[in-house]
Amino acid sequence: MDLNATIIGQSIAMIVFVWFCMKYIWPPLMDAIEERQTQIADGLAAGEEGKIKLDNANVESKKILDDARKQATSILDQANARANEIVADGKQDGQTEREQQLSLAKSDIEQETNKARDELRGQVSELAIASAEKILNREINKQDHADILDALVKKI
Amino acid sequence: MATEGGHGSQTSGEYIQHHLQNLQICKLDNGEWAWNQCAGNPMALNVDSMFWSLLLGFIFIFLFGRAAKKASPEKPSKFQALIEIVVDFIDSSVRDTFHGKSRLIAPLALTIFVWVFFMNLMDLIPVDWIPELSKMLGTVTGYDQLYYMKVVPTTDVNITFGMSISVFILIIFYSIKSKGLGGFVAELTLHPIAPSFKGAGIIAAPIIIAFNFILESVALLAKPLSLSLRLFGNMFAGELIFILIALLGVWQLPLHFGWAVFHILIVTLQAFIFMMLTVVYLTLASEEH
Repeated sequence: MDLNATIIGQSIAMIVFVWFCMKYIWPPLMDAIEERQTQIADGLAAGEEGKIKLDNANVESKKILDDARKQATSILDQANARANEIVADGKQDGQTEREQQLSLAKSDIEQETNKARDELRGQVSELAIASAEKILNREINKQDHADILDALVKKI
Repeated sequence: MATEGGHGSQTSGEYIQHHLQNLQICKLDNGEWAWNQCAGNPMALNVDSMFWSLLLGFIFIFLFGRAAKKASPEKPSKFQALIEIVVDFIDSSVRDTFHGKSRLIAPLALTIFVWVFFMNLMDLIPVDWIPELSKMLGTVTGYDQLYYMKVVPTTDVNITFGMSISVFILIIFYSIKSKGLGGFVAELTLHPIAPSFKGAGIIAAPIIIAFNFILESVALLAKPLSLSLRLFGNMFAGELIFILIALLGVWQLPLHFGWAVFHILIVTLQAFIFMMLTVVYLTLASEEH
């Protein structure tokens, strides 16, 4: 390990290398690193901003969705109510119609009955008159009398 | 691998010595250039250390320069991301320590860290590969001097000293720059005992100043010395243990693996320590009192 002129050679080499590094290596590398650092910082900031925007949009969309849901529910309720109403109305109408028809039929039946009764009455009275005539004609015969009455009764 | 193979006639001692010998060139007294006969010659040059450290330095320049040239903030490649991690790591380390403004310190720290890391990393290449390859190359081409090839530059004390001396010069430069020449001299002479210039104290002042100067000079010189010797010591010891493990024959396999894994830590840690201490020393030098 004797010292010799290698020291001088090494010192010169080192000075040259350091000078070269200082001049041509360090500045461009540092510039590139710093530029990228700012770019990364900017990118991160932009990402953060985007995230906030997304959050806001999510809240907004949720609100819109809720509104729509609420609206749909109310429309459905309305429709149901309307349907019930319509059904009820129909029922009422039917009821009224039925009653009308029923009363109409009833009055028809009554009329017919009255008519038939009137007719029958007329016929009975005619028969009674006819029977009375016959009785009057054959008054003497008691037996006949009874027969006639029986016949009349039978006829009725 | 060591006791078998191509150099079976070598003793263990020779094997170790071979691995610790630099490929040197120097000018002899008779004016001729000679290889590997330079023990003790202060003007000798360790060709292998210089070659590998320069090669690794250029690899650093090439890799990082390419990343810097192609750097695009929009679409970084994986390679660029890796380089950026290293640069960012150094940058934050320097920022945490050095609070002044300097265009030099961070690139200096980056260069030191990556370069020392690469040089240390050569330690993980099996100890025989490159020396044997070099030996073979020397035999084939006739350049027998390639018999010696030490591939880990940081196990050469010249290399670590070369770096720490550069740092030392920067320490002095920054001290003078921030405190002025007077401030620098005052720092060396008026601490830790403040001499008195009034009354009877003036007699003792020169002695105190001399005492301070010796103390502060030692403290100042200890900085580059400890910086370089720490790195050298750690890497040299690690390399030596790799060489010793290589002598074990079959048993080197698990041991080598274990030591290599452990050494990954040392390699990184030593590079980091060298860089961090450089930054700390320069911070201390440029701090205003």
